[in-house]
Amino acid sequence: MAYYVIRRLLQAIPVLLGTTFLIYFMVFAMPGNPILALFGDRSPNPALLERLEAQYKFNEPFIVQYLNYLGNIVRGDFGISFSGQSVNDILARTFPVTLKLAVIAIVIEMIIALSVGLVSGLRKGGIFDASALIVSLLLISVPIFVLCFVAQFFVAVQLGWASPTVGADTSLPRLFLPAIVLALFVVATAIRLTRSSVIETASADFVRTAFSKGLSRRRVIPVHILRNSLIPVTTQLGADFGLLIVGATVTEGIFNVPGVGNTLYQAIIRGERPTVVSFVTVMVLFYLVVNILIDLLYAVLDPRIRYVK
Amino acid sequence: MSSETPGAGTTRSANHYVADVEETPIASIDAVDLDEKPSNLWIDAWRDLRHRPMFWISSILILFIVFVAIFPTVFTQVDPRACDLAFSNAGPAAGHPLGYTKQGCDIYSRIVHGASTSLSVGIIVILLTTIAGVVFGALAGFFGGFVDTVLSRAGDIFFSIPYILAAVVIMSVFSENRNILVIALAIGAFAWPSTARVLRSEVLRVKNADFVMAAQATGLSRMGILFKHVLPNSIAPVIVVTTLSLGAAITAEATLSFLGVGLPGQTMSWGNDISQAQRDLRTDPQVLIYPSIALTTTVLSFILLGESLRDALDPKARALR
Repeated sequence: MAYYVIRRLLQAIPVLLGTTFLIYFMVFAMPGNPILALFGDRSPNPALLERLEAQYKFNEPFIVQYLNYLGNIVRGDFGISFSGQSVNDILARTFPVTLKLAVIAIVIEMIIALSVGLVSGLRKGGIFDASALIVSLLLISVPIFVLCFVAQFFVAVQLGWASPTVGADTSLPRLFLPAIVLALFVVATAIRLTRSSVIETASADFVRTAFSKGLSRRRVIPVHILRNSLIPVTTQLGADFGLLIVGATVTEGIFNVPGVGNTLYQAIIRGERPTVVSFVTVMVLFYLVVNILIDLLYAVLDPRIRYVK
Repeated sequence: MSSETPGAGTTRSANHYVADVEETPIASIDAVDLDEKPSNLWIDAWRDLRHRPMFWISSILILFIVFVAIFPTVFTQVDPRACDLAFSNAGPAAGHPLGYTKQGCDIYSRIVHGASTSLSVGIIVILLTTIAGVVFGALAGFFGGFVDTVLSRAGDIFFSIPYILAAVVIMSVFSENRNILVIALAIGAFAWPSTARVLRSEVLRVKNADFVMAAQATGLSRMGILFKHVLPNSIAPVIVVTTLSLGAAITAEATLSFLGVGLPGQTMSWGNDISQAQRDLRTDPQVLIYPSIALTTTVLSFILLGESLRDALDPKARALR
């Protein structure tokens, strides 16, 4: 296990270097003064301009600039936003909100995916299975912002069951509607994966053995089938996390949830590129860390993974 | 066979296992039915596909959308750019079946003219992702070893950045000259690794097949084997992924336009129209809902086609049905 953990962490190093390099390259390898270019047609605050120029050392060669930028990230300094605030300060304020939203969304996603996927898989080809397939294909096709507006208009405005925007009060009931939207946005792949995983497990020899030694369906389905189907679904969560980040950006923006996604959304809408770049970097790093953690969790759940080359 | 064959004492056991020549005429075993049509993956897939309503519905929808995109004037004579603020958010009127946008433009005409934008972006993106994905995936899978390590790690790096976030950064950099080609490049630049991964694993599977070894034995070159035998036999999953990613690319364009880093405002784009209608959602939801329906239907058609193709081309998916 220790060998696997070390190998996985070592593998992450080139990816971390590569992703930060790509982001840096995309923004700063542009012709002209990269700092002025960052602001587009808007004139920057002179104090911010000075700090940015000091931070990125633009007279140095490109690779030195990149290493300097990387050093700042390693030290946990993600730069300054358009308004001159430290990105770390903004993160400290907004991250807990996003985390709360994401956790509620993932819990809802798992409840829907496991129950719908299990029933579909056990009754493969039935009416429930067919309807679940159609609904999940529809959910894959609806863009996240359309889903947000549909929920906002029908659930919040027409029915009045929830507040159309969240605002400063981020208590659980107020986050519920955006969390459901976010969960529906990512749930489709998880449903289909649970379903195929359940079908595969249900025909496994150990399930037949369990039935033939007289165990009831009530014991075999949760303990033998569902538990063993969970492993591939867990890894899918890591891949879905990228979708969740993009989804959170749009959802938080539309529902006005004061989280990390909303900060990025506002920065994109206002064209504040330094903030956009800092927050995209933060999110990509977060995404990588979550994927490493999920791979390690996978190795804990499924011993076979640790022994594969 | 009879036991009085000379020398039966020493090779006694062998006799019992050889069938009589008359019992199973060799001719009947070797006979080839010349009338039987040769079957392969594509013929099997077609036989499977033509019984699927999902395949027909999605194909007809896609053909219709392509037709609308190429010949928008067949469907509407109204100029989508002829806007009159006097009709701001007005309801349906004669000749304007869906009403007007905030700027007083005809919604129906804007939807019809927006089809070509979505399709063009989608098609350019899949051309890019397919070319990059096939080159990287085929080389990595076929040559293995060092080539595979380098190409796969490069793919991992691109795969580690959610492609919409990457496109947001690229589009922010290109704030002056945003057009269909630039947005397609921004989406495609980070979307290709999924195609490469799918092809790589399929090439890994196919390259050890018996027919590849047979081709090697005939003295065909490495590149000849790759192009004549390995690639044609591993392309099926790529077609599935490509169809699905066409839908995803259309969504990505709309999302970027919605965020304001997509196509410029004067370009006809469903994402732009939805973005502009969001402020009046409470009072005039129809302005937002019609382009949303057009967008979702288009994406859904490609997703449905991709799913039908997956079921028809992938035997493993068939088993799960």
